[in-house]
Amino acid sequence: MLRAYRADLHIHSILSPCTEITEMSPRAIIERSVQIGLHMIAVCDHNSCENYPALQAASRTTDLAVLAGMEITSQEEIHILGLFDTQESAFAVQEVVYKNLPGENDEKTFGCQVVVNEHEEVISFNKKLLIGATTLPLEAVVELIHSRGGVAIASHIDREAYSIISQLGFVPPGLTLDALEASPSMGLDEARRRFPALASFPLITSSDAHSLDGIGKSSTAFLMAAANTREMKLALAGREGRKVLGVR
Amino acid sequence: MKLKDVVERLGLKVVAAGETLDKEVAGGFASDLLSDVMANSREGDIWVTLQVHPNIIAVATLKDLAGIVIVQGKKPEEQTVEKAKQEGVPLMVSELQTFELVGRLYNLGISGMR
Repeated sequence: MLRAYRADLHIHSILSPCTEITEMSPRAIIERSVQIGLHMIAVCDHNSCENYPALQAASRTTDLAVLAGMEITSQEEIHILGLFDTQESAFAVQEVVYKNLPGENDEKTFGCQVVVNEHEEVISFNKKLLIGATTLPLEAVVELIHSRGGVAIASHIDREAYSIISQLGFVPPGLTLDALEASPSMGLDEARRRFPALASFPLITSSDAHSLDGIGKSSTAFLMAAANTREMKLALAGREGRKVLGVR
Repeated sequence: MKLKDVVERLGLKVVAAGETLDKEVAGGFASDLLSDVMANSREGDIWVTLQVHPNIIAVATLKDLAGIVIVQGKKPEEQTVEKAKQEGVPLMVSELQTFELVGRLYNLGISGMR
């Protein structure tokens, strides 16, 4: 049966060096998401999904659906969200990302990259330069996400940095993105006005939250039969009765 | 100054559309944000960038730029070279980094001001 899922598909945890260390633990993210009535989330840390196991574990006693996510930085410094159904798929993609991600994190400059378990115990500090860019061209990133059945979404297309529009001027013809994401500050109507050439792409919004009170600040409602990537692709394409209901 | 003179004097490696080097270089522009190049470059500019994505060719065509120089010896993507050939956009590579290359272009009399 089809039902509405209110989803925030772009949240950062303490694994992202830019995120408040004390606040964005997997458990806290799950609790906050449930509290504000979200049905589905994805935590997309920069070039990594190592906190997904903790998120999944922390969500087990709730009805919240948690996709495995990652915000991959292409060679052109474009941020692309990859959403997956399973840890196995996400970790396989992460392995390719890691192989193509040079550099080491400087905690003093960029902040700590904390991997935790569902009890908020620190497991490790990730040493890779997660804030950096991979050496993978944009097309290769989208292909990599799709190779594991993932949903590929271009992040915050209206931002002046790290967006497909800022870096490349326009969406390259033939690029098989599943959707584009507009920032909370912009909203879909304004995004459609400002980027009329992008009318052929489904648009979503999400919060890009780096703090607990940012979660759900902007979200997208999907009409789907279940909270998984297959259903989401149908909804984004507007097929088989699935669709994007709206945003807020 | 003609593009072919720039190529010769700065030792640029031409990777596509070498038959179109007869173009006049009217000025210069350096940026790695294609949105910026679309907004602010001018016809006849030689464009210095480290981006290698195929979109650089479309931007150069759109703005009628004299040519593109990729810096730091970076290898353009295959599709980029293909498109450059199709569109007749001179595509060159320099081993130098942007600051140094732009300085040398400036020394040849190529300016960002018109």
